[in-house]
Amino acid sequence: MSNNKIKFKIDGKECIADEGLDLWKAAMLNGVFIPYLCHMKDVIPSGSCRICTVKVNGRPMAACTTPLTKEMNDAVVENETPQLEEMRKMIVELLFVEGNHFCPSCEKSGNCELQAMAYRYQMMVPQFSYNFPLRKVDATSPKIYLDRNRCIQCKKCIRSIKDEQGRSYFAFYKRGHKLEIHIDHELAANMTDKLALAAMEGCPVGAILKKEKGFEIPIGKRKFDKEPIGTEFLQEIK
Amino acid sequence: MSKAIVATASLAGCFGCHMSILDIDEKILQLIELVEFNKSPIDDIKEFTKKCDVGLIEGGCCNSENIENLINFRKNCKILISVGECAIMGGLPALRNSIPVKECLEEAYLGGPTTGVCNSEKIIPNDEELPMILDKVYPCHEIVKIDYFLPGCPPRAELIWEALVALLTGKELKLPYEVVKFD
Ligand code: SF4
Ligand code: SF4
Ligand code: FES
Repeated sequence: MSNNKIKFKIDGKECIADEGLDLWKAAMLNGVFIPYLCHMKDVIPSGSCRICTVKVNGRPMAACTTPLTKEMNDAVVENETPQLEEMRKMIVELLFVEGNHFCPSCEKSGNCELQAMAYRYQMMVPQFSYNFPLRKVDATSPKIYLDRNRCIQCKKCIRSIKDEQGRSYFAFYKRGHKLEIHIDHELAANMTDKLALAAMEGCPVGAILKKEKGFEIPIGKRKFDKEPIGTEFLQEIK
Repeated sequence: MSKAIVATASLAGCFGCHMSILDIDEKILQLIELVEFNKSPIDDIKEFTKKCDVGLIEGGCCNSENIENLINFRKNCKILISVGECAIMGGLPALRNSIPVKECLEEAYLGGPTTGVCNSEKIIPNDEELPMILDKVYPCHEIVKIDYFLPGCPPRAELIWEALVALLTGKELKLPYEVVKFD
């Protein structure tokens, strides 16, 4: 990565970051939180959820897949505008109606990033009608459950949960709205507890859960009970 | 100021949302200054005796009686509020939504582990008096127009209270982050 610095503005705030960084991370390093769901630290971004959409010089771009290039010097980036926030809220609502999200019975509740996004936008009810799709649960693996009812098809699991040889424990089948996550059962037969935990924690929703463990943290002490999503990132930077 | 008239119903719910209304503790004294209850399990008035200002609906619609009840509320209440996850999206009863009704009934009455002893004649309840089970559990706003939504399982007492006060007094509704939760 070069050491060239790129200067740009986000919602009027002067920002500066290394050329080549993705805009999402660059914003974060400058103390600006861009809402996200499918992005994660140190993993190649997939740009699948579009929640991180910002406007760069008037053009909508997914921040996580937009690298800082020389052309972005003096760019004007819009992040928390009413229009973009409204669009993000709509994506969250779509994700809720597209799957089966019964938060009161979900182990991830309180620690779920999708739910936290809905809290951020104070979603009282999605404006779309519920699909109630038929999706299968795979509970046959020794360490983890895969509950596709809650999967938002972000592929974080495929991108990040791998063995020493780089083989993914998860894979996808079909595409678009039919996309289904599957477990590689041969690999998963020997999955370590540590990796199972990482898979659960990496999944932004409650689609991957570690077996023999659940509802561990009481209500009131969970990650997003008191503080909105993004708070801890910004604290980390400070 | 004349008191606002409030009605409440529990459709396919567990009464948890009603419990949460009562969870406003001593504010219940302020509440009865502010409102008069009409049809509601709280005062056990079974039929509407007058038009109401606000109807609070707990639970979604899982059978024909829920639908009739909800339509009746819509006719008799100026403002209808979906209170809680079940009213808003079906909630836990809607876990059955991706399973055909026939399979659910067979599991509950014929195939389940306790049915051998309790239901030796293998009957799926079919008395005419029983409401018809719907194909799915429906969110209330997919049946009638709902004006407001208060999420939670149950919604925090604070949320119900603040929303009611805002609605009845015209006070601005400020919702702190901790108050809007889905569980
Ligand atoms: S995954 Fe998140 S949004 Fe979905 S049911 Fe669980 S807590 Fe709710
Ligand atoms: S299982 Fe979780 S991490 Fe994997 S695609 Fe679905 S939501 Fe994303
Ligand atoms: S976080 Fe960028 S597209 Fe999902």
